[in-house]
Amino acid sequence: MKILNKQVLGNAKDAGIVRIEVAAPDIAKKAKPGQFVALMVSEQGERIPLTIVERDPKKGTITLIFQVAGLTTKLLSKASVGDELFAIVGPLGHATDIKKYGKVIIIGGGVGIAEIYPVTKAMKDAENNVTTILGTRTKVILFLEKELKAASNELYVTTDDGSYGRKGFVTDVLDELLKKDKYDLVYAVGPIPMMKRVAQVTKPHGTKTLVSLNAIMVDATGMCGCCRVDVGGKVKFSCVDGPEFDAHLVDWEGLTKRNRVYIDKEQHICKLNQL
Amino acid sequence: MAIKEPVKVREVAALTRAVNFEEVVLGYNEAEALTEAARCLQCKNPVCISGCPVGIDIKKFIYQITQKDYKGAYLTLRERNNFPSICGRVCPAEYQCRKACVMSKKGHPYASANTINVHFLERFVGDHGMKNALDAPVMKDPKLSKFKVAVVGSGPAGLCCSGELARRGIKVTMFESLHKTGGVLRYGIPPFRMPRDILDFEIDSLKKMGVDIIPNFIVGNARSLEELFAEGYSAIFLGLGAGIPSFLGIPGENLCNIYSANEFLTRVNLMSAYKFPQSHTPVNIGKHIVVIGGGNTAMDAARVALRLQKMNGIQADTTIAYRRTEVEMPARRLEIEHAREEGVNFDMLVRPDEFVGDENAFVKKMKCTRCELGEPDASGRRKPVPIPGSEFERECDVAIIAVGLNANQLLTKVTPSLTTDKYGDVVVNKETMETSIKGVFAGGDIVGGEGTVIEAMGMAKRAAQGIVDHLLKQ
Repeated sequence: MKILNKQVLGNAKDAGIVRIEVAAPDIAKKAKPGQFVALMVSEQGERIPLTIVERDPKKGTITLIFQVAGLTTKLLSKASVGDELFAIVGPLGHATDIKKYGKVIIIGGGVGIAEIYPVTKAMKDAENNVTTILGTRTKVILFLEKELKAASNELYVTTDDGSYGRKGFVTDVLDELLKKDKYDLVYAVGPIPMMKRVAQVTKPHGTKTLVSLNAIMVDATGMCGCCRVDVGGKVKFSCVDGPEFDAHLVDWEGLTKRNRVYIDKEQHICKLNQL
Repeated sequence: MAIKEPVKVREVAALTRAVNFEEVVLGYNEAEALTEAARCLQCKNPVCISGCPVGIDIKKFIYQITQKDYKGAYLTLRERNNFPSICGRVCPAEYQCRKACVMSKKGHPYASANTINVHFLERFVGDHGMKNALDAPVMKDPKLSKFKVAVVGSGPAGLCCSGELARRGIKVTMFESLHKTGGVLRYGIPPFRMPRDILDFEIDSLKKMGVDIIPNFIVGNARSLEELFAEGYSAIFLGLGAGIPSFLGIPGENLCNIYSANEFLTRVNLMSAYKFPQSHTPVNIGKHIVVIGGGNTAMDAARVALRLQKMNGIQADTTIAYRRTEVEMPARRLEIEHAREEGVNFDMLVRPDEFVGDENAFVKKMKCTRCELGEPDASGRRKPVPIPGSEFERECDVAIIAVGLNANQLLTKVTPSLTTDKYGDVVVNKETMETSIKGVFAGGDIVGGEGTVIEAMGMAKRAAQGIVDHLLKQ
């Protein structure tokens, strides 16, 4: 559980993106694209889920990439190489169903770019024609562009402020692509508003659309139901039934609101810790 | 001979205790234990034993107490029960041994109050054993010392099975998916009912016997059962538990501040949310908390919720809403009594119909229907029947759903050769506790659904014997 490498990938004033490589040999052996770990920085810490971005079974390590947002990610970003995490468990959740779909669009927004990386590589290896769309607010927090370009047949970048790539949103590009051509799968990971918009754009085209949800979790093994979300009128646990679901069936409004349940406490604890 | 009144157990006063997580029941001292033990009729045919899921020789250990032979009493308990200090605290004795006691009125769902307080006596003896470092005899069998066994899950079943195997000289590795061991004894049962030093003591004793404990490990995803066998484990015990919470399936149940009891208790007990912000896991505490359910988990959740209100300067308002009446509640009578003494409100014959939220999707009220009791259902308890036109609303800014748990499927889902029933529970041979996979045994709530700690331990003990027999055949 020792941090072996650490690198700041993107640094805007309010949104750092950090990559760490952690010793976790048992997880490294088994992790598949789409799966995640739950970790605790310290004994007093919260358990948070993070997607497994890369694994090196020989070295016995996994790579995690996170955006510095709440207390736990702030503390994690302050940890140094050589520090031990208090706990890390995984791999958790269902792996992405990797197979030959045909023409696939993969979308990563913000830190979601990290999460699509293993899926993009695997989809390409499964002989799909992969078009990747990356979107961030601004250029300095864009990362993995080169790696994803190498793993894709085509790659588009959008930034909200136009500081790099095309000015606008990933869904602008998605809409144009779907109007020009037929695609067999759209896979998207990013902020909830982005994933919700992706679902709206693909729905009229009838394109199968998968999203990986970032619900709040505690144990992340199915025991608490904190991460429950309404999918097609049924209650699903993101941790054990997901994290991937059919984007057209997700109750986006419910998920958005549930993810705000501790926002006051989060602000309070960050202030107390002067972070 | 007139039957003396039962000796009341000492407890911390309700007002003092409801503001902290210290243990509520203080237990018997020696004089009290002797008086209570002396009430036992020492029946020729001790029917109480038939009420004990593990068949403790209750008559004998109580007699040994009367003779002040506490060591003997401890060893009698340990013949059948590995953790008397734990069971003495959490066993629903009024549904088990005490209900079978000849002093109990027949035809009642739970034991009469004048029956022998077997559980408090068990606790007294268990704690005596702990304080005096007593232990059951080690029965190391040289034929077994070459074997390694993997135990999956560190709840009551896993702890018990590990202890039984280690005592025979088998090398045990216990895997736990959480960062702390103890299973439901840690994340579910609050410290005011199950003090953590007792749990830690029992787990430390296992470590001293040579049991290796590996936390943060998901057997199944991180290592398959086949791989465990390939690594040299000769048998595997599955004590996976009933981990998946049930919900009511009514509108509005996904609103913010609606918790499963498992989530609420895990946040507080395992993650220490009651120490927020020193502890980083938050929990929201409402002004009007409603707990739905009538079992021990509902009582635990309500008493935790009430404490959190008091500790945070909120006027205590926690209500247990239950579909039937108090008599049908499956909780221990002591917990119901304790909850009431501490100030938890009870609203009986209530069926929740819907949760209504505010503009930010935080729950603000609960719509309900009043019920009356109808004919007995499959469980033998009278069925709640909604009364037409009795719909009402109650204020509710935190709701905790405590209506039961289902099988933990983390391992079974990725192990297709493991036969499960329609509930997702693992199917076993009832005598050996062996599953459909040779060399893989199971016990506890993953077999036959939610039960008690002592039932889980009983199964684990049988499984340990099954494992020993299996190993000796090799």
